[in-house]
Amino acid sequence: MSGQTVPADFSGHMLDLDEDEDLEVFSKNTSRADGSPMPNSPSSMVNQYRLEEDEEEQQDANTKDLFISVDNPESHVTAIETFIMYRVVTRTMRSEFDSSEYEVRRRYQDFLWLRSRLEENHPTLIVHPLPEKFVMKGMVERFNDDFIETRRKALHRFLDKISEHPILSYSQHLKVFLTAQELTSHRKQGPGFLSRMGETVRAVANSVRGLRSRPEEFTVMQEYVEDFSNKICSVDKVTQRIIKEQREYLDELKQYGPTYTQWAGSEEDLLEPLKGVAGCVERCSKETEEQIQHLSEVLVPALHEYVLCAETLKAVMRRRDNIQAEFEAKNEALASRKADQEALQEEVDGLADRVELANNALKGDWSRWQDSMRTDLKSAFMSTAEKNMEYYEKVSSRF
Amino acid sequence: MAEDGKEESVATDDESDHTAADGTGSLNNTMVEEGSTLLRRMEICVAEAEKRSGKNAVNMQETFTVYLIETRPMDAVVEGRNPAPDALWRRYSEFELLRNYLIVTYPYIVVPPLPEKRAEFVWHKLSADNMDPDFVERRRVGLENFLLRVASHPVLSNDQILYHFLTEEHGWKEVVYETGFQAKADSRLRALSATFRVRNPDKRFMEMKHYSDELQSHTSQLLRARARVADRLYGVYKVHGNYGRVFSEWSAIEKEMGDGLQSAGHHMDAYAASIDDILEEEEHYADQMKEYLFYAEALRLVSEHEPMMIFSLLWQSSVQKHELTQFELEMASQDLISKKQQREELATGIVRTLKLLEELIAEGEETVKEKTLECEEHVEKAWVDMQRFKEQKDKDLREALINYAVMQISMCKKGIQVWGNAKECFLKM
Repeated sequence: MSGQTVPADFSGHMLDLDEDEDLEVFSKNTSRADGSPMPNSPSSMVNQYRLEEDEEEQQDANTKDLFISVDNPESHVTAIETFIMYRVVTRTMRSEFDSSEYEVRRRYQDFLWLRSRLEENHPTLIVHPLPEKFVMKGMVERFNDDFIETRRKALHRFLDKISEHPILSYSQHLKVFLTAQELTSHRKQGPGFLSRMGETVRAVANSVRGLRSRPEEFTVMQEYVEDFSNKICSVDKVTQRIIKEQREYLDELKQYGPTYTQWAGSEEDLLEPLKGVAGCVERCSKETEEQIQHLSEVLVPALHEYVLCAETLKAVMRRRDNIQAEFEAKNEALASRKADQEALQEEVDGLADRVELANNALKGDWSRWQDSMRTDLKSAFMSTAEKNMEYYEKVSSRF
Repeated sequence: MAEDGKEESVATDDESDHTAADGTGSLNNTMVEEGSTLLRRMEICVAEAEKRSGKNAVNMQETFTVYLIETRPMDAVVEGRNPAPDALWRRYSEFELLRNYLIVTYPYIVVPPLPEKRAEFVWHKLSADNMDPDFVERRRVGLENFLLRVASHPVLSNDQILYHFLTEEHGWKEVVYETGFQAKADSRLRALSATFRVRNPDKRFMEMKHYSDELQSHTSQLLRARARVADRLYGVYKVHGNYGRVFSEWSAIEKEMGDGLQSAGHHMDAYAASIDDILEEEEHYADQMKEYLFYAEALRLVSEHEPMMIFSLLWQSSVQKHELTQFELEMASQDLISKKQQREELATGIVRTLKLLEELIAEGEETVKEKTLECEEHVEKAWVDMQRFKEQKDKDLREALINYAVMQISMCKKGIQVWGNAKECFLKM
């Protein structure tokens, strides 16, 4: 990737009022927050994707030069609250970084901040989702070990995905997130809460107006996103159900095995075969336990990630639509009004550019996302199939 | 189903093939003693089941099932002739009557059990309905098993009532009642002996009784747990069928992933469907266990018979020698009277026994001598049959457990295959 530093004009359009944990009031800073050196101009970015597709190479396979890990969760207690801090370690050869290794401590809120900045600056790029704030059922305590571990893995995945992204990985916000010892001061910069509110209101108004004509390919995309969202949610539900049934099966197995052992106590000639069957059932129990664990640790997180991705995709589609709607609104105003033609024209042209940038960004990222989804889910399903084969092999060998 | 001796086959039309006719495996593996049991002379099978309608004792319409018993002389089969079998229809209640007759007439024999009257240890898919075809089929097999066991027993197979059961359709019931076996039923004495423990009973019989209790308890616990496991396993497999449906729908919106997803979905459907056969096969294993659950009851009856006879003898001789008080003292020394409840039972027991005693006394002293002899004979015969039963049980259950293991291995192999196929499909995604 070439190192062109053309500042991109994506910032300042926070269209979604997400459930932001840090509802601190930002100072009304109208400067563009993201002065990040973009690696490519948008058009050359699209070209680059085409090139990559020709070469049939994933960017990360050969050129990964940014490695981030998330580990070592530690509890932090203050007078006001208790929270978990994770250690984030970065290793890189990139020239934008002063050093080749960094270590910082970050909390969940910090990740939320990073992600919202990335989405703000790149409204039509597909930014990988973060794990949810709370899990609806099954877990009550925030500081339950399993919950923390699951979250840690998901946070790691998030940074992994960002680090592999040809555009997002060069974000200034990411750099700050990875390197600054103290993040709170940086978090206060950026478009104010109120201005973000304003954007959202405009967006809602635009969507109520409706789009004149959405390009065909984005309509197709929209439909796909709806369908994909349904299907991935269904697969997720089925998997959860399987785990539930497996757990109940396991409970019964644990009662079943001992009936053979107990019986063996009053037999002589039958002692051996009875104990044999008891041992086999016990083996079956153990393997079932492992099978459940594998499902919970491999397939469920992967599916869950893509359930969240589906929501991200929907948001991206909405933002793209809004960008187009804004342009169309101004364009109409231009057509009807006679005064201020010049100024309006300039504005309209600017918005038209913005639409084109947004569309290209999305198109480029779309195929990248699809490949990534395919690879990830394929790997998760294969791993599950292999584990199931292993389960049956181990059980039958004992019998 | 095993006794010492060589293996015999179940009736088939192909006389040269002396293996089990239907696919119920070891249930039809009959063995015959080197004596002249009925089964050596006659081929027996329960070939069919049919629904019938008729008026019952209170003149109400009812539907019931009848079973076709077919018999052929063994020498005809061996000689290669293939005569048409003799056949008659019997319903379950007639089998019950036969069995009750055998229990009363041969109280020292562990009489083979009938298949269950009502479906028990049911897991959710199995119907508890007696009219359900699967239940009827399994009962047909169980009834055949019963007949083969009885007909191959060294003592029971010689019984004339059994022979008539197999050969005379009409009038059989009357013949049975005419034997007056119901009068011999010692259920009253049995009830009494349950209250009074006999002093110094034969240790072997105490052990047998204890064992029969254990066998009953363990087999029923096993069966209950197994049914619950089957239920859960069914759930696990069937839920995978949902993958089939969703993958199929999902494949429609994907380009590259579509084919892989769709074929994976088909394998998930196959996986979900496979559990039906697997669990049906396991029912045979459950039936084998049930047979021994019911055998435990038969064993208990025999083990109680001896001390019960001794009890009746003690009473008789005590009464004869006007030693009632002595008897009471002996009973007291067994700590029974220390408990209030048992004291009351003792009181009511004595009243009932006195009535019984009136009948016994009337029989006179000769009877006591006869009964003593009979008792000794019975004890020996019972001991012999209990040994025979033990060997049979060990062999049968060992075989059943091995078959169960084989079934599980086969199930695992199927699982490996399905998931291997699914993995191939995922690879193509």
